[in-house]
Amino acid sequence: MQRVLIIGATSAIAEATARLYASRGARLHLVARTAARLNVTMEDLRIRGAADVNSGSMDVNDIGSHEAVLEDAWTKLGGVDIVLIAHGTLPDQATCESSVDVALTEFSTNATSTIALLTLIANRMAVAGQGCIAVISSVAGDRGRASNYLYGSAKAAVSAFLSGLRQRLNKHGVDVVTVKPGFVDTPMTSQFKKGFLWAKPEDVANGIVRAIDKGKPVAYLPWFWLPIMTIIRSIPEFVFKRIQL
Amino acid sequence: MKSAGRSWGRYPITHETVLSIRDRHAPLPRCDHPMLPLGNARSYGDSCLNDGGTLLSMRGLDHFISFDPATGILTCEAGVLFSEILDLTVPQGWFLPVTPGTRLVTIGGAIGNDVHGKNHHRAGSFGHHVLEFELVRSDGSRLTCSKEQHSDWFAATIGGLGLTGVITWASIQLRRIAGPWMSTESHRFDDLNGFFALSHSSDQDYEYTVSWIDCVARGKGLGRGLFSRGNHAPAYPDRRPAAPTRRLSMPLTPPVSLVNPVSLRAFNQLYYHRQRKRSVHATTHYAPFFYPLDGIAHWNRMYGPRGFLQYQCVVPPDSARETVAELIKIIASEGGGSFLAVLKQFGYLPSLGMLSFPRAGTTLALDFPNTGQGTFALLNRLDAVVDAAGGAVYPAKDARMSGERFRRYFPHWQTFSRFIDPALSSSFWRRVME
Repeated sequence: MQRVLIIGATSAIAEATARLYASRGARLHLVARTAARLNVTMEDLRIRGAADVNSGSMDVNDIGSHEAVLEDAWTKLGGVDIVLIAHGTLPDQATCESSVDVALTEFSTNATSTIALLTLIANRMAVAGQGCIAVISSVAGDRGRASNYLYGSAKAAVSAFLSGLRQRLNKHGVDVVTVKPGFVDTPMTSQFKKGFLWAKPEDVANGIVRAIDKGKPVAYLPWFWLPIMTIIRSIPEFVFKRIQL
Repeated sequence: MKSAGRSWGRYPITHETVLSIRDRHAPLPRCDHPMLPLGNARSYGDSCLNDGGTLLSMRGLDHFISFDPATGILTCEAGVLFSEILDLTVPQGWFLPVTPGTRLVTIGGAIGNDVHGKNHHRAGSFGHHVLEFELVRSDGSRLTCSKEQHSDWFAATIGGLGLTGVITWASIQLRRIAGPWMSTESHRFDDLNGFFALSHSSDQDYEYTVSWIDCVARGKGLGRGLFSRGNHAPAYPDRRPAAPTRRLSMPLTPPVSLVNPVSLRAFNQLYYHRQRKRSVHATTHYAPFFYPLDGIAHWNRMYGPRGFLQYQCVVPPDSARETVAELIKIIASEGGGSFLAVLKQFGYLPSLGMLSFPRAGTTLALDFPNTGQGTFALLNRLDAVVDAAGGAVYPAKDARMSGERFRRYFPHWQTFSRFIDPALSSSFWRRVME
């Protein structure tokens, strides 16, 4: 039976992923800023087949609280096989350009807090010598773009951190999966006009579970973002600076 | 977010603001324009559209609340799809009590349209199996409605087209099954008399009956087709209970409708003669038996950019044979009609909703590519026949019936209109109240 810890469990992608593990009969521990918001989800996951569902509250920017929250999860689950880190915000780029405070807070939410959590989680998983850590980064981290480079740079930090962590944990038998979704139709993106590139959270969740099952290092979701981002990364900087993206 | 509204028939095209509902405990949003709850937009016409207003997308309310595998009582949020219910309950031995021809509908939508299925002659419509639901009104009130509690709101909301308030959750009684398999039979019949004879002899022993008819055949072959009937099969433990997973898709909308007089004639001929033997028996998974079209994603695009109009009517039992013959004659003489024309005998169980469509008689359903004036004129001719016979047309599939006819088809509309929430409206309702 898989023991799954999900941080940022109210996100649409996280909830869709939790449902897939629930239908496999997994034991789940969900962490969100407001645990009360998880009650509806927890009942749903039990009906869908989860052997056990617990929850905890955590503000990811309260770095000092991380260790206690993780200890609680490890205790309740009796060890953890899979960790999914899914919390995040989509900062307003214009506000980040005019306010240092907002820029640094958003960077903390999307990068620093994740790095802090990963540091603690990696040590626990290394001792266990098995399991998988999956983190939702983004295609936006592949290259900074004028329209959202605060978000992009935070995700870039997470992606680079994961790449190094993957090398380190490889010899301990722990997989590290970098999940790079493209546009996903979730409450976080409700203000955007949706086109044909947009994916549903359920499809992204399917891709996450497949990548975790296979221990795939980097998963672009859906797959077509790999060729798209390969092209975007290959544009020389002197050309890139002139285009609107 | 502004977006172009599309119902399943892709006609008419409307514009509305879409708001997602994600918390069943929250009050309704406040809006200057009329709002309308929207399920999975599988209604064909304009009953799920609200031009110039707001659509409350209910798909975010997709949590199960309770399920008791001992009693088969399921409670879930209103945006849960029938497909999600089946995925959960079939492995535990429970099936939907009533299901339409697609499983991609929400439970809220199924209540709001009081949907029916191939077992209407035995089980009635979906509303008969609803134990209770919560209705949230724009004045902030929350009513738990059942046959016993707030029974007037219960009757107004079943088949109430989403106009009485927003359904947040519902409780239904499922039906016991041994497994996912169906024992099915298909019988060829030569004319309408054959259909009525088969219906008459099948209704007792078969839980599910429906017919496909060749809507192009004229003269002696008028109303010929294939009669399909079936029951839930006993368990087949030697078979793997896996659904067929092959999925086709219509990736884009062709510039013109692929359904035209030539393709129609060819398809109907081939489909009728595809079955060589007079009768075929088989054991199949429930999915192809109940949901043949769910295997082709976006099949509605086949009708091209102008979309299509679905027409479903019911005509009273006493004159059904003559009325159906007259309808098919009109359709065949126009060379219109669809690949899948469906004929089914409804049972006598009275529907619970004030605006419920199902009633005793024979129901005929088919699609027409939207070719403009001609299509509307043809549908008006059909309406004249249905109206004269004392029948009715199904609002969930309609985009054009006149208000005058609607009010004759649904004589309780005045009682119903007292239950409409002042903050809610739909393109359909404004059209038929003009």
